[in-house]
Amino acid sequence: MDSATTLTSLIIALPLLGFLVNGLLGLSSKSFRQRKALIGTIANLTVFIPFAIAVYFFINMGQDSAPIFAELFTWIKVGSFSVDIAYQLDQLSILMTLVVTGVGFLIHLYSVGYMWEDEGYWKFFAYLNLFIFAMLNLVMADNLLLLFLGWEGVGLCSYLLIGFWYTDMANSAAGSKAFWYNRVGDFAFLVAMFLTFQHVGSLDFDVILSSLEAIPADDKFWIAFLMFIGATGKSAQIPLFVWLPDAMAGPTSVSALIHAATMVTSGIYLISRMSEMFVMSPEVMMIIAVIGALTALVAATIALTQNDIKRVLAYSTVSQLGYMFLALGSGAFTAAMFHVVTHAFFKALLFLGSGSVIHAMEHVEHGLHEEGKDVHFDPQDMRFMGGLKEYMPSTYKTFLIATIAIAGIPPLAGFFSKDEILAFTFNAGFAGFAEPLYMVLWGVGILTAFLTAFYMFRLTFGTFNGGFKLPEKISEATGAEKYLHESPKTMTIPLWTLGGLSVVGGFLGVPNFLLSTFTHQEEHINLLHNWLYNVTADYGLGLSHSVEWILMTVSILVAVGGVYTAYKMYGSGATEESDAKLADRFGALYETWKEKYSLDEFYEGIVVHPTVKWSDKGLAKFDMKIIDGIVNTVGGVVRLFGSVFRYIQTGVTSSYALALVLGVILVLSMLIL
Amino acid sequence: MELLLNLVIYLPLLGIAGILALRNDKATKWISLAATSATFLLSLPLLFSFDVANSGTVQYLTEGSNIMAGLDIKYLIGLDGLSLLLFMLTTLMGPIVILSSWDSIKKHLAGYYSMLLLLQTASMGVFASLDLIVFYVFFELSLIPMYFLIGIWGGKNRIHATVKFFVYTLVGSLIMLVGLIYTGYDAGAAIEGYKFTTDWRFLSGSEYQIGLVEQTYLFLSFALAFCIKVPLFPFHTWLPYAHTEAPTAGSVVLAAIMLKMGTYGLLRICLPLFPNAFVEFAPYLATLAVVGIIYGALVAMVQKDVKKLVAYSSVSHLGFVVLGLFAFNTIAVQGALIQMINHGLSTGALFLIVGMIYDRTHTREIEDYGGIAKVVPVFAVMFMIATLASIGLPGLNGFIGEFLILNGTFSSEVLPQNAFVVFAALGVILAAVYMLWMYQRVMFGPIKHEENKKLVDLNAREIGLLVPLVIFMVWIGIRPTDFTQYSEVQVQELLESSNEKRVAIQQSADSEDLPQWASNLYDVTDELASKIKNQ
Repeated sequence: MDSATTLTSLIIALPLLGFLVNGLLGLSSKSFRQRKALIGTIANLTVFIPFAIAVYFFINMGQDSAPIFAELFTWIKVGSFSVDIAYQLDQLSILMTLVVTGVGFLIHLYSVGYMWEDEGYWKFFAYLNLFIFAMLNLVMADNLLLLFLGWEGVGLCSYLLIGFWYTDMANSAAGSKAFWYNRVGDFAFLVAMFLTFQHVGSLDFDVILSSLEAIPADDKFWIAFLMFIGATGKSAQIPLFVWLPDAMAGPTSVSALIHAATMVTSGIYLISRMSEMFVMSPEVMMIIAVIGALTALVAATIALTQNDIKRVLAYSTVSQLGYMFLALGSGAFTAAMFHVVTHAFFKALLFLGSGSVIHAMEHVEHGLHEEGKDVHFDPQDMRFMGGLKEYMPSTYKTFLIATIAIAGIPPLAGFFSKDEILAFTFNAGFAGFAEPLYMVLWGVGILTAFLTAFYMFRLTFGTFNGGFKLPEKISEATGAEKYLHESPKTMTIPLWTLGGLSVVGGFLGVPNFLLSTFTHQEEHINLLHNWLYNVTADYGLGLSHSVEWILMTVSILVAVGGVYTAYKMYGSGATEESDAKLADRFGALYETWKEKYSLDEFYEGIVVHPTVKWSDKGLAKFDMKIIDGIVNTVGGVVRLFGSVFRYIQTGVTSSYALALVLGVILVLSMLIL
Repeated sequence: MELLLNLVIYLPLLGIAGILALRNDKATKWISLAATSATFLLSLPLLFSFDVANSGTVQYLTEGSNIMAGLDIKYLIGLDGLSLLLFMLTTLMGPIVILSSWDSIKKHLAGYYSMLLLLQTASMGVFASLDLIVFYVFFELSLIPMYFLIGIWGGKNRIHATVKFFVYTLVGSLIMLVGLIYTGYDAGAAIEGYKFTTDWRFLSGSEYQIGLVEQTYLFLSFALAFCIKVPLFPFHTWLPYAHTEAPTAGSVVLAAIMLKMGTYGLLRICLPLFPNAFVEFAPYLATLAVVGIIYGALVAMVQKDVKKLVAYSSVSHLGFVVLGLFAFNTIAVQGALIQMINHGLSTGALFLIVGMIYDRTHTREIEDYGGIAKVVPVFAVMFMIATLASIGLPGLNGFIGEFLILNGTFSSEVLPQNAFVVFAALGVILAAVYMLWMYQRVMFGPIKHEENKKLVDLNAREIGLLVPLVIFMVWIGIRPTDFTQYSEVQVQELLESSNEKRVAIQQSADSEDLPQWASNLYDVTDELASKIKNQ
């Protein structure tokens, strides 16, 4: 093994090792479970070292470097089918690896403090390590099948971690739900792989991408379409997104890591990885863009009606993922990856910040119980918060940074990535396929940008501004604010680190026109574009500088407008009053948003309930009564014959003789007559 | 080595002799464990010295002499690529099954363990015999101990269950026997100086060709027996009864070994002997397989009894195996073979696990559990791993089989419609639904019943007998080639030669000699026949 292969395998192997050590020792030894510092150290190191290795690779990699391949061993080899356990580090996968291990490490660090009191501490870190292992397989695989191993692996970890507090049935039900919705997508993914193999004879990325002409156009459409369906499961898009909000049942650091920063972006990674194939099928590109824009809008409208701080963030994640799909569908793969990165920073930060808030609110509840007061409230409900900025300055400041970033205010991270997506959507309006439609989608994107700024500031103002509402709501809780406190250092350090990244992250992708307008020549200041140039098949940007300036101005104005509106309505912390105003103004529409478009009820009523009922009352009965009934009838008929013939077999010789004589007479009479 | 193979097969009988000689409950258990462990250990050299490159040739061959001049029925025992892994699975399950009964069987120990040992010999015999009459004898012999295991040591409705199991499978076998005798005479006539032969090597070879009309009837007689055994939808209704009523060890052997005799028979006998019928009937049987996959899953989903749920899941899983066999190409058939092993491991493990919890609570109703993960964490982990293997999670064994079967079927020339794969793959979603839903209701949530708070976690014996299965689940999941290599060459050769034979039979057929239905079914046209004649 050369050193690159060794290091690559280390990236993959260490998190697995961490899982095995913490998992097996934790399962078998009670005393090990108590050694929380050791468990935390193992778990953190097995993510940090891979991060360090990834950084080393990154530094030594140029934008034109050939990919590093590490082939470990043959996985499956049967007949003409062969697939290896083999990894590939190119510009795209190293980017994802850095995000997964980097943000992953920060969240591991945060979890040391966040989960310290939990009795399943060892198990939590074992699962978290397993997740990193699976996620790294997903982003580093050099073939579709190994990617799929990671794909289902992260799904498993998501299932285990959503249902981490499994003694509450709602949590484990949410876990199962996530797994099932993902399986629907995985089913499509599987068929896409079969179709690919049928035409290409391999599942290796380089073979597939270099023999695309071997696939007939129709099947190219189907492969791309089915892969996209797979992506809608994992990346929570219409029609399969309903599992993600429920997934918030898991510990908050899980929401940050899995359901915001990494796993849910798998679909975007997959499509970027296969971008050369997707661009050959403009119909699929259009479908992706439409679904992305719709998801962005639908989720944003739901987000502005929710009061559970984590649920708002969950819908916000769905909405932001929608943006990324809009980017993919507009041929802006780099912009999509850019948004993956910046979103990982600010959304992880938002979740960790919300975790910090929830931590504090739980502490309040706990403190009141200690006093002997029987006070119960939902520690995630914004309506009991307010005014927290006084008590939790670090959490507040970092949360605010992330909010500004996601709202798209320059020059923070979200601004550049979202602006690029919108510019490319506009650009796709001139790309020759479904042009007017892309213009409409641009409009939807702009509208959603306004909503994003609005609902995010509603959340931040509602949580941190105004006065602390718990004592106002529950008289027994008077003086409860004395229990409010900032979270420990292990939690605030990751907050500030992510805060820093949310501020500067956008400079990875500063648009080229910002400079070339002044220098009047082609500039390449967009680092991410330069970096991914060889890997993704982006559409060319054919807009003039003046158009680009106008587009950027529009998106800034919209974002500022959203912030301003939110400030006017919610700046003082009057959440419920302003919500009531909104409900008044939008009437039935608002109800629809608040009811989350009743999608859960729809699936429940149309698919789940009828299937279960039909299987129970129909099939299971059919099986026992009809199918088994036929078997029994056949058996019964045979027995009937047997019981009739039994009477003939009397064993009395004289009756046999009689029968013999009768028979002879019968035969003779037939012959004579 | 030939001697070793025979020793391995009959060693359990020696154990029975020991049990009957000593007549002591404690000794009975230890003798059984020793006999099955020795069987397993002695079978290992057979695996290690197996010549992978020549897996198409029967190895460790013992060939007896004909029972009568001209009547080529003989003791013919050996292993090849098709049988090796199933044979090894049988020897592996031996000691596991004995250990699983250790504390749970309390009456008539001598009889119980003798039956298990007899079953062990019969099962190994089925996989190792290469004379079809000998195969038939072992095939039927395996029914008898299972009949008693369910009938004496089973649950409340054991008599109904065991009679149904016995009669149903016996009816199938008797029809097969008729086909077998016909084949024997037909094949005997093809050799100078013989009247009858059931030597598999000759029957499956290219010299012996069966006419299309005969093939149809013979194929149907064999396939019916095997499909009942598998069981393929709609012949499956004996299975839920048998599984629920059988003692744990019975369920495990039934699921892990005996059901495989059906799929194994389809591959070993139906495919090479009746290739034309095999191919022409493939779409119909594949349809039943796919219906079974979905049907089994949906019915499993609504079961209230854990054992019944796992039983119906077998109907679903074995649908995959049958689908793979009838896809008639290397990838799918190899997938089907490894899936037979996989199903043995994961469903075997599931029945063991259900048995372990049943020993503690004496209930199989999902309702009677709930929230026990907290009380029995090690049990929860084992249960989870077996569940995940069963739903085909990549990295574990089940995925390999399902993926190969589906991928192979997708490019199958015999089953060109993509609908087979698309509908079968729906089973992958459903498997996750019924297994995880069951797991959730049994293990998660608050503890529903006070008495479950005192459940004791798995003991060393129980962990010990699950760990080997878990190791194989992971091993096959990550390095399946270590296992599929044994059958690779033979499967490829067998498919090629059978296909050549099929084409030869079809081309030499004359439509004038055939009834109309046969010409239609096998696509024999006047032009084709006359073209061949003119050449």
